[in-house]
Amino acid sequence: MKKIIIIFSIFFNLISNSNALIKVDITRGNLDPLPIAVSPLHVDNTSVNLENLDVKKLGVNISSIIEKNFKSTGLFNPLKKEAFVQKPDIAHLKPRFEDWRLIKAQALVTGKLSVKNNKLKVEFRLWDLTASKEMIALSFTTTPSNWRRVAHIISDKIYERLTGETGYFDTRIIYVAESGPKNQRVKKLAIMDQDGAKTKYLTLGNELVLTPRFNPSNQMVTYLSYFRNLPRVYLLDIETGKQEVVGNFPGMTFAPRFSPDGKKIIMSFAKDGNSDIFTMDLETRVVERITEHSSIDTSPSYSPDGKYICFNSDRSGLQQIYVMKSDGTNVKRITFGKGIYGTPVWSPRGDLIAFTKVRKGRFYIGVMRSDGTGERLLTENFYQEAPSWSPNGRVLVFYRETKSGPQGKGFSAKLWSIDITGYNERKIKTETDASDPSWSSLLSK
Amino acid sequence: MNFNKNLRNIFLILFATLALSACSTAKKSQTTGDVYTGTDTVEYLASGVKDRVFFATNKSSLTSASRETLRKQATYLRKNKKLNVTIEGHADERGTREYNLALGERRANAARDYLMTYGISGKRISVISYGKERPVNSESTPLAWSQNRRSVTVKVK
Repeated sequence: MKKIIIIFSIFFNLISNSNALIKVDITRGNLDPLPIAVSPLHVDNTSVNLENLDVKKLGVNISSIIEKNFKSTGLFNPLKKEAFVQKPDIAHLKPRFEDWRLIKAQALVTGKLSVKNNKLKVEFRLWDLTASKEMIALSFTTTPSNWRRVAHIISDKIYERLTGETGYFDTRIIYVAESGPKNQRVKKLAIMDQDGAKTKYLTLGNELVLTPRFNPSNQMVTYLSYFRNLPRVYLLDIETGKQEVVGNFPGMTFAPRFSPDGKKIIMSFAKDGNSDIFTMDLETRVVERITEHSSIDTSPSYSPDGKYICFNSDRSGLQQIYVMKSDGTNVKRITFGKGIYGTPVWSPRGDLIAFTKVRKGRFYIGVMRSDGTGERLLTENFYQEAPSWSPNGRVLVFYRETKSGPQGKGFSAKLWSIDITGYNERKIKTETDASDPSWSSLLSK
Repeated sequence: MNFNKNLRNIFLILFATLALSACSTAKKSQTTGDVYTGTDTVEYLASGVKDRVFFATNKSSLTSASRETLRKQATYLRKNKKLNVTIEGHADERGTREYNLALGERRANAARDYLMTYGISGKRISVISYGKERPVNSESTPLAWSQNRRSVTVKVK
């Protein structure tokens, strides 16, 4: 991943929370989205177009990315620009609050940018139109090619200010890009920005690849590859493209994930028909057995503090979810509902576990507390699985496959997201069919 | 009149026969429990030696028909001492991907273990699981799923 220096400066005092009147309640779903006006950023007259970059259009382009981000949350209703009442540069100095209130906006985003000496400088302000006050003012300086990230970072700052939660827009999703007929699917690792932009393919599709997952710093990916027809867990450095097999196991390794400190990979190893959970320390190469049971133990995921592991096992006869200490002791079954449960993933907040449930031939994505209580099913479909958390623990991304006719006709696989409130289910646009999504942490912390 | 009546009777009998035979085709089930028992997708290692066995949903136990198929494979492998095989384990599309990888591996090993009890050296049999990644029938129907829950013995070239 490119090293990006973003200089961050706060050039006005932040107005304290107590003065703000507008606040978005994110726990209720999208019942009453906040009307927000995102004014196009004013482009400084002295800025010149660069090769491969239309600087004159950057103001409009950045504001439309911010709008798209807000719309995708279901919590905001970005207003149409035709109704806007002030020029961007004037509004940015000081908006006429009553005019913006007239178009029913409750919050306003203004900003300006300049490109000089191959540096992009962007500043923006968030205005509370109800209280007629400035809520945030921030500026960034970065290389011009980072303009999309600037738009995402601004979105995060505003989201954070209005909801009280950290944002998730300056993030990426790694997934498996799919093409070809269902019985001979070609699968490649692909990475894109959270909003579907900047897709990059990391493998060529010569061998089957599955289940990529980021490490905590988002620079490494662990995944399953069928390279040379030997299904093994691999490690990939996104920046250098360097790949290596994880460990020296005499059989299939699969279902990998990083530990929260990024030092270990936890995965399943299948031997003589039995799959158990192992870890390997990436530095010392020490392999540790975590479970030892004649059943299938797989899909392990650490709690964010690294003290516990959730996984699924069919030791009771059918696939169910279990939690144990990270050394493998104290194994406890936590799902007892009707149906089978799989793919548990611990929320980055630590409070919830997301899972896939299969019951009476239907597939559900749900969440429950880490002791198995409080199960809530968020969405039902013909086939969907593999939830992955947004870094703020508010949204899940997963993949869904359609029912297919003879010779696989009508088959497709797509990424979807849903809020943990159960609202705001959306298809995520991808260049190809897609599956096995994994959400990165925030790129700029 | 009489002639017409006879004709009508003949037609009725014919119709009834057709209806019955249609009925019997439809009723001739290709699964027992939900294990596939047909031969539509089956290939042969040699004359009379089926290359694959089928499993029930979420199961890796061998049916008596599967054991018979594997005994024939064992006999064939004993006759062809230089031949090595790979057993590919597969699952249907109705499970989570990672669990299905494990399930395919368990199914392939169930077949391998059985061949070994008939004296075939484990060194001659490698296994690989494809989980739900390589269906033989791409349709989303119970019949297709039963054909996809399989382990297939493939000659190593």
